[in-house]
Amino acid sequence: MTRPTDEMIVPEGWGFVETIDRRDFLRLTSTGLMVVFAVKPPEGTFRPVWNFATQQRTPPDFNAFLHVGADGRVTLLVGKIEMGQGIITALPQIAAEELNVPLGMVDCVMGDTDLTPFDSGTFGSLSVRVLGPILRAAAAEARAVLVQLASEKLGVPAADLEVKDGVISAKADGSKKATYGELAGGKKIERRFEGKVALEKVAEFTVVGKSAPRRDGIEKVTGKAKYAGDIAPPEALHARIVRPPAHGATLTSIDTTAAEKMAGVRIVKDGDLVAVLHAHRDEADKALKLVKTTFTPSPSTLNNENIFAHLEQVAVELRNIGTAGDVSAGEKTAAQVVVGKYTKGYVAHAPMETHSAVAAVGPDGRVTVWASTQTPFPLQTQVARALKLQPDKVRVITPFVGGGFGGKSAGAQAVEAARLTVAAGKPVRVTWSREEEFFFDTFDPATVVNIRAGLDAARHIVSWDYEVIGAGERGSRMYYDVPNHRSVAKGSWSGNVGGMHPFNVGPWRAPGANANVWARESHIDVLAAKAGMDPVEFRLLNLKDARMRRVLEACAKKFGWTSKAAPSKRGVGVACGEDAGTYVASMAEVKVDAATGAVKVVRVVCAQDMGVLVNPEGATQQMEGCIMMGLGYTLSEEVRFSNGEVIDKNFGGYSLPKFSWLPKIETQILDSPDLPAQGGGEPAIVTMGAVIANAVFDATGARVTQLPLTPARVKAAMAKK
Amino acid sequence: MKPIAFTLNGVAKTVTTDEARNLLWVLRDDFGMTGTKFGCGASFCGACTVLVDGKEVRSCMTPMRNVAGKKVVTVEGLAQGDTLSPVQEAFVEHVGYQCGYCTSGMVIGATALLAANPRPTREQIAQGMERHLCRCAAHLRIVDAIEAAATKMAGGKK
Ligand code: FES
Ligand code: FES
Repeated sequence: MTRPTDEMIVPEGWGFVETIDRRDFLRLTSTGLMVVFAVKPPEGTFRPVWNFATQQRTPPDFNAFLHVGADGRVTLLVGKIEMGQGIITALPQIAAEELNVPLGMVDCVMGDTDLTPFDSGTFGSLSVRVLGPILRAAAAEARAVLVQLASEKLGVPAADLEVKDGVISAKADGSKKATYGELAGGKKIERRFEGKVALEKVAEFTVVGKSAPRRDGIEKVTGKAKYAGDIAPPEALHARIVRPPAHGATLTSIDTTAAEKMAGVRIVKDGDLVAVLHAHRDEADKALKLVKTTFTPSPSTLNNENIFAHLEQVAVELRNIGTAGDVSAGEKTAAQVVVGKYTKGYVAHAPMETHSAVAAVGPDGRVTVWASTQTPFPLQTQVARALKLQPDKVRVITPFVGGGFGGKSAGAQAVEAARLTVAAGKPVRVTWSREEEFFFDTFDPATVVNIRAGLDAARHIVSWDYEVIGAGERGSRMYYDVPNHRSVAKGSWSGNVGGMHPFNVGPWRAPGANANVWARESHIDVLAAKAGMDPVEFRLLNLKDARMRRVLEACAKKFGWTSKAAPSKRGVGVACGEDAGTYVASMAEVKVDAATGAVKVVRVVCAQDMGVLVNPEGATQQMEGCIMMGLGYTLSEEVRFSNGEVIDKNFGGYSLPKFSWLPKIETQILDSPDLPAQGGGEPAIVTMGAVIANAVFDATGARVTQLPLTPARVKAAMAKK
Repeated sequence: MKPIAFTLNGVAKTVTTDEARNLLWVLRDDFGMTGTKFGCGASFCGACTVLVDGKEVRSCMTPMRNVAGKKVVTVEGLAQGDTLSPVQEAFVEHVGYQCGYCTSGMVIGATALLAANPRPTREQIAQGMERHLCRCAAHLRIVDAIEAAATKMAGGKK
């Protein structure tokens, strides 16, 4: 007989990630049943490997705790954050199902550095697919412990007990029963669950999120949901910070006298940080306008037009990202060699919630920061460093995050709030203006892709020479059946290597892949046209990869694709892509206004193979979101800038997808039970640039080689053809 | 500084402040009503949308002098106790949100839209919501939600 003790339970497999300091969470959960789980994701699962705090590649962590308290309530404590991907519902739902308690009995604490275990950050929407199965296994563990306890207490063998709504009772005699609360209360039981969740198990976990309404829904539709900017500790002051007009400009003089005369205004300085503080945000805005400053001009001479030549010129860091055969030998067997250059500008994250943070110093000297961040734990370290404190003197709490898309991994606003609260001796709220958001964003990098491809007489691609400058390598893998290919990357989204970019760049939904897939799939379409073939047939002729063939064929079927070489004047296009282990094929139908060059996307069909499907409803929503969001970088989004100044600093100049753009969207997720769950929050966005550009070509015969496909560019391409 | 009297979610309020200040920050900072969101401060995004005498306005560009004597309804004022309005209910049911940051403005915008046109087509919904931005790109579900709310309000008749 096993009695639950503090023993470690190590199921078969591999697994422990790192030691957890349990002091903090034990305060919250000093009695009850605690299952600690620290498990690597199933093998073959895509996982993020970039740690923004240390700028290092790190192993991923999927640590969490599950607690059953004396009141029978189940608490999940996870270091991830909720930014729209819905895990605040999906995770409790899994626990509730497995433990057989009503959903309302499950609480979820997220992204709080005092209460939840370390987590390197929330990226994409990996959490449910990866953490879900692990959580389910841990919940099963907790349930087994509780059943065991009940068996001892009731003197009934475990096999003769049943669980319903958090009550364990004898199947034969319903009067013999004990609640989870009675069993867990008053003692301290700790279990550690480690190890790999078996793949067969994952296949059973397919019911997540189908029926339960998202628990954040009611809070969000009633305005009760709190975001970092909504946190207002007593006496808190809003800070507006003096900013340079351009990147690279430095402050030469400042005069705050006029601002200081405004009632209720305080000026606070901390080194290079100068801020005006007021209890009302709008009055702080007004005071900031009264601050007179002069700056040196920015040394930058770059703008959104000369940037591409600049990138080609300065990019030196060269990484070989895939080679096969001999490209020059292959090219000799080609009947024609087709050269292409594809470019795209900088794209902003533009979450509707700008970067916000509130910081306050407690009576014990500890600093609490409420932040809109995707990375609370790295941020804790960052804030501690800035304040010269030990990390345990800083607590980061993450309320709801109003959109991230990779852009809330840096945390500058939280450091600003922390420095200012120390300097001001009052809680400080920093909410970036939209102009600050567009200025300090870590943009998706501008990119140039050069491709030189050889096509033989049998219309096979025999050589592929590929160079990506800016975006990095994600999405560049050659899955077409090309015997001789070589791909190199210069620079990457993951850092402004060698000062290539005039401002910061960073991860943007499927970082790098949007640029690479856009270039490759545009060029494949160019080759298909040169071969005089239907673009789907041309792809299939050059494609052996069975998974990709399957999604492409499924997409064609759903779309009702019929064979015709482009330009067919039908305005239909196709693109394939791969991201985060997921295969995707998209088809689109567009209408192009010949007079203005404006593109209207009428219909998008997208098929995806993402391995085992854990959360069908969630995955479908993510695909729909990807398609609609992808229309932005495809049709309108690009950051215009000049000499260090960002020109488009609000939604007037920088335009996001709008309701009237909404095409008819059809999605299909292929059943692929033999493959572990792959990433699903991002893949469907990567094909959007090429699928629309290819459809525009099919409609007009004009090939646009620069994203976004603005009316002016489409018109120019039409005039040129 | 002037005393400005108005009704906020059905309750009479008076605030003494600079009448050039915009409603958004008076709501958020003076009244602690944080359901109304800041997104752009320039009338582009709709996150700050509230109803003034039943019409949707952008509170980030609505000076308090324009609010004097008027009825202001924010997202906090739509539900009756625990009973959600039909629009709110439909947004929950159809998951017309992801991060939820645009949602206050969307729900208010949809409420105004349906008040003016109780049975809009999907195209009319899109037109009516055109100036509301959603970066999470939940547009499809938002249109679904508004369509469902219209049906609900018409007593379930399709
Ligand atoms: S904040 Fe008012 S419209 Fe954007
Ligand atoms: S739900 Fe995030 S901006 Fe609309």
